[in-house]
Amino acid sequence: MALARGTVEVAAGSVPREAGALSLALGNRGVLWGGMLLVAMALIAAIGPYFTVDATALNPIQRLKPPSAEVWFGSDFLGRDVFARVVSGARISLVVGVAVAVISVAIGLLLGMVAGYLRAFDAPIMRVMDGLMSIPGILLAIALVSLSGATLMTVIVAIVVPEIPRVVRLVRSVVLTVREEPYVEAAIAAGTRPYLVMSRHILPNTIAPLIVQATYICGSAMLLEAILGFLGAGIPPEIPSWGNIMSEGRTYFQISPWIIFCPGIALALTVLAVNVMGDGLRDTLDPRIARKM
Amino acid sequence: MLRYILLRVGATVPVMAVVALFVFLMLRLTPGDPAAVIAGDYATSEDIARIREQLGLNEAIPYQFVTWIRLLLQGDLGTSIFTSLSVTTLISQRIEPTVMLALTTILFSVAVAVPLGAIAAWKAGSLIDRFVMLFSVAGFSVPVFVLGYVLIYVLSMKLNLLPVQGYRSPWQGIGPFLAHITLPTLTLSVIFIALIARMTRASAIEILQEDYVRTAHAKGQNEFTILTRHVLANAAVPIVTVIGIGIALLIGGVVVTESVYNIPGLGRLVLDAVLARDYPIIQGLILFLSFSYILINLLIDISYAFFDPRIRY
Repeated sequence: MALARGTVEVAAGSVPREAGALSLALGNRGVLWGGMLLVAMALIAAIGPYFTVDATALNPIQRLKPPSAEVWFGSDFLGRDVFARVVSGARISLVVGVAVAVISVAIGLLLGMVAGYLRAFDAPIMRVMDGLMSIPGILLAIALVSLSGATLMTVIVAIVVPEIPRVVRLVRSVVLTVREEPYVEAAIAAGTRPYLVMSRHILPNTIAPLIVQATYICGSAMLLEAILGFLGAGIPPEIPSWGNIMSEGRTYFQISPWIIFCPGIALALTVLAVNVMGDGLRDTLDPRIARKM
Repeated sequence: MLRYILLRVGATVPVMAVVALFVFLMLRLTPGDPAAVIAGDYATSEDIARIREQLGLNEAIPYQFVTWIRLLLQGDLGTSIFTSLSVTTLISQRIEPTVMLALTTILFSVAVAVPLGAIAAWKAGSLIDRFVMLFSVAGFSVPVFVLGYVLIYVLSMKLNLLPVQGYRSPWQGIGPFLAHITLPTLTLSVIFIALIARMTRASAIEILQEDYVRTAHAKGQNEFTILTRHVLANAAVPIVTVIGIGIALLIGGVVVTESVYNIPGLGRLVLDAVLARDYPIIQGLILFLSFSYILINLLIDISYAFFDPRIRY
């Protein structure tokens, strides 16, 4: 989905040139607000479940109660507290988002460097990536999960696979541009070993675009995880996730719409925060690549 | 021209081969016994053996692959384990709602997004531009199904304007068809409008800087003609490209939207197959939809050569 984003925005020019990357990025409103919302969400995910009632406690007398002062987000068809479930579901969403971003960037970085730097591997790797990109991501993820059984691990893997090609393409394009630079030619001419050329001269150039890309991947992974959960192909309902809470709420939507709306709003806000932060990071860290995306 | 078309067609063959290989290997290389997973938790060992036999998993992998490709080239996408119908039959039964939904979504999105993007670019920095940008960021952040339920809640349950669920074929009357297709189309269009409006805005902003646009201004051409004849005509290629790439997004969205609105299309077919673990259907449909995606993009690529004489080898 990352290819969908992208227009050229001019980075805020008021920040002094000497400022470090972090303070530069924090000077951007999107990064600041998106980041703050995400930190808040991470805190809720980390310590929230200790302060709410048990997210799995059944209370059949209190079934399908609308939101009130006692049960903030109402209760579901088994009388479980939806607020507690949403708070606890934040964990799954954030863990999946971050894990998918880290893993797919790591694998994509490796493959992209190899494809961009070692000519012999370029064509085979890129043809495989082209093929992988032609399979719609949701379908691929559904198929992978359904084959191996849904656990947190398989859901993460199933979302990583369709995300890899985009990272590979990005890294490869950076490598292809950078390897023509005079300092890389000089390093090669001086007899520097290939792995040193890659790690010292080429790798640092990939970091800024990869941070931006990782943010977008994190956002789309959260969405995909929720979609899998919603379709009933995700993490089973014993562990609450935003997707499976909504999936269970489908049958009762006409009488208890809050079971879908509460986690839905939480999910949309979190993904919005991630995307706004990604746009901000793109503008400040990497105006050059912003043009290409 | 012929050379260009042949090159384009030639380039899709390896991609399709990789897709086929990947889909084939997915079942074979998954850890654990796929026959056991497909058979489910309560299967006896005879059931598992029967499914393994049915899927041909007892043969050597290269042999399985050759057999599978040979059937594929004859147009045989496999046979459902549980219903014993061929996947091609199932697809032909279910394809109409999906194609209709895809068509209405593309038509509606283009009709809304292209003018929106063009106006945003024309008035860059204005309130309407900010609104378009905000909409496109939000469009990528709200999950399709949540949006679907919000629309059902407001338009069907509160205002009673439209039916909640289901599908009617246009051949049985255009009125019921439109009533049923409106909500799914709106739902699915949001992300597509976000995508196309962004692309239109970005390319239009670039083109507005061109010399020929300045010349048009200088000779007193009116703004509307400049936007349509000079700007949008030249932005057509990136816009059509992004629509083509967006088809993948559309296919994914269709699966979710059909599930929300209970539309008996290909998306529901995939999902039912996943829940029933009917692997040949999943495999056949992934291939069919991926190949459709590749072929649509091939047609778009070829169409460039007709629309834009600059794009030719």
